[in-house]
Amino acid sequence: MAMQAQTQPAEAAIEISRLNKWYGTFHVLRDIDLNVAKGERIVIAGPSGSGKSTLIRCINRLEEHQAGRIVVDGTELTNDLKNIDKVRSEVGMVFQHFNLFPHLTILENCTLAPIWVRKIPKREAEETAMQFLEKVKIPEQANKYPGQLSGGQQQRVAIARSLCMRPRIMLFDEPTSALDPEMIKEVLDTMIELAEDGMTMLCVTHEMGFAQAVAHRVIFMDQGQIVEQNTPTEFFNNPQSDRTKLFLSQILGH
Amino acid sequence: MSDTHAQTVAFVRDTMLPPEPPPVSESGAVKWLRENLFSGPLNIALTLLGLFILWLLFSTLWPWLSHSVWNANSMAECREIIAAAHGPDASGGCFAVIKHRWNQFVFGFYPVDLYWRPVLAFGALFLALAPVLFADSPLARRIVTGTAAVLTFAIAAVLGAGGLELAAIAVLLLAWILLIEMRGDLALVATLLYPFLAVWLLWGGTLWEPLMALAGFVIGFVIWRALSAYGMFAFAAAVLAAVLWWLLLSDLVARGIAAILPMRLVPVSSDQFGGFVLSITIGVAGIALSLPLGIVLALARRSDLPIIKTMAVLFIEFIRGVPLITLLFVASLLLNYFMPPGTNFDIILRVIIMVTLFASAYMAEVIRGGLAALPKGQYEAADALGLDYWKAQRLVILPQALKISIPGIVSTFIGMFKDTTLVVFVGLFDPLKAMSDTIRASFEWKGAYWEPYIFVGAIFFILCFGMSRYSMYLERRLKRDHR
Repeated sequence: MAMQAQTQPAEAAIEISRLNKWYGTFHVLRDIDLNVAKGERIVIAGPSGSGKSTLIRCINRLEEHQAGRIVVDGTELTNDLKNIDKVRSEVGMVFQHFNLFPHLTILENCTLAPIWVRKIPKREAEETAMQFLEKVKIPEQANKYPGQLSGGQQQRVAIARSLCMRPRIMLFDEPTSALDPEMIKEVLDTMIELAEDGMTMLCVTHEMGFAQAVAHRVIFMDQGQIVEQNTPTEFFNNPQSDRTKLFLSQILGH
Repeated sequence: MSDTHAQTVAFVRDTMLPPEPPPVSESGAVKWLRENLFSGPLNIALTLLGLFILWLLFSTLWPWLSHSVWNANSMAECREIIAAAHGPDASGGCFAVIKHRWNQFVFGFYPVDLYWRPVLAFGALFLALAPVLFADSPLARRIVTGTAAVLTFAIAAVLGAGGLELAAIAVLLLAWILLIEMRGDLALVATLLYPFLAVWLLWGGTLWEPLMALAGFVIGFVIWRALSAYGMFAFAAAVLAAVLWWLLLSDLVARGIAAILPMRLVPVSSDQFGGFVLSITIGVAGIALSLPLGIVLALARRSDLPIIKTMAVLFIEFIRGVPLITLLFVASLLLNYFMPPGTNFDIILRVIIMVTLFASAYMAEVIRGGLAALPKGQYEAADALGLDYWKAQRLVILPQALKISIPGIVSTFIGMFKDTTLVVFVGLFDPLKAMSDTIRASFEWKGAYWEPYIFVGAIFFILCFGMSRYSMYLERRLKRDHR
């Protein structure tokens, strides 16, 4: 069952082997092995403190790992700053708390990195940004500031901001956890649309409906380890480990 | 469940209520008085006590102020006028000293026929600052530049600048305003060039000296850009090249060109500076230099690199730990011991360096507070987008951190500007103590104690209050979140 990851198409977007990380003496990630193929969509689930956010934050080195290898799109993450910046410009990330830049307009949020990292002319960057703002259905907000938008709108801007860098991989770190129920759907719809375009996605989320709808694979983590991984159908209907069964009974119970 | 119960629970709104304006609260002066001054027995008593204290202050000070004399040639004459008008025992202020010695308060011992030069330097300061300070308010900018230009020209004319000088002033100011209005981007270059113009105007000598000092920066910048692929090495090479240029070549080249094309103004030495010209020169230079230095120190103190962090901590803690006067004494006495014999390192320049270092240590801590106030997510979002350290700082972190720090930064500016009066302790003629003492030392103004202090205090208050108001304006303008 766990071998399924290795039977994916050969072209790997992310290769993680024997990844270990400690916060001080706390062993937060233990011997993680994970290969993600190009175009694959993975949902990572697990109780809080299981290391799932830490894992995806290691992929663009917002967190440093102490042992093991992470290769993203052919570039290994080491202390080499050039490699880190290269990986970061290829990997988009969406945060739980959006983290838009409050002093810049929506449009400026979206064009900042393309202009300064990719060196794209301003006009071209603005055209691209407007395309993506249309894709997330808020082009009319382009000249407002983030503080004037609702949470769901801000998160959609955050997704558009990442897409403007034309990333090959998108990481989502609990993108809907800080949102009101009515706004969760608009963000999930955007993510589903993105999935339909064939984007490689790693998504930490508690939205099990989303997992069932778009994920190729669901990974369940506990205590810094991958406990179980499977296709969504198998994962939800036929969980193998006791820990997974307990988790599913708790979040799907009501 | 009974029917009546069901009726009371079930409810469907078929029309939504439109928003209504808030109720107009009862207002007026009487209500305000009753609520704020006379709301209870204790408040009534405190209000009456407050009024009594105000009356005491007013009744003591008013006669002195209302008897004040503005036209006299000496303290004795003042006293005669007051005695004649209000009786022999009446006391009164003798503000005639301000009028009589106005130029000395403002210009110190600056040569009288050259007064137009500091005036032009001060007026041009506003032209240099306006495009930066009022970046998105053309109206405010035009008011400031227009007023500064007209006043500069008028004051220079009143102070007796010659026809040639006046023509030059008019051409310079007009050209600069046109530049600001037509080519905003080039106006910022003019702002960067302003310090060199000001140095030339204030101290005179050949224009080539400040220009060659500027050339050092240009050389450093060109080398840095040319070698930018080599990272830190490029920076070190640029600094080294600039320093070598300043130490070895710039004087030689300046003198060489000056021999062909002098571009000379009458030189004025630093000991002729005094009064507000001195205070404002040191204050403006200190403000302009301490902000960038403070930003660098704050970033260094938050750096992950242990050596840089330690150096920043040591510098900040040491500078903040000693009184400014200590640093000024070091500037005036000790620095000369370390200099090669025969070097003449200008005293005002030394004082500016020390005041800048002192203010930058405070500035660094204020800005560090702003940096610490930013949520970690801002750093992470900038990192995740692939912005490198300097770009993240410049585009994302510093604009927000500096905005948060505006009140603290302006406080530091104000404190530093007032501290410029401490230069009296190294023998410079600050307006508050040294200039007043000098004026009192003359026979006719012996005994004028209150008036110079009140006058100098009032001028400092106006300048500092102006800075404070600007900072409030800036905070309002940069307000972004509507939460």
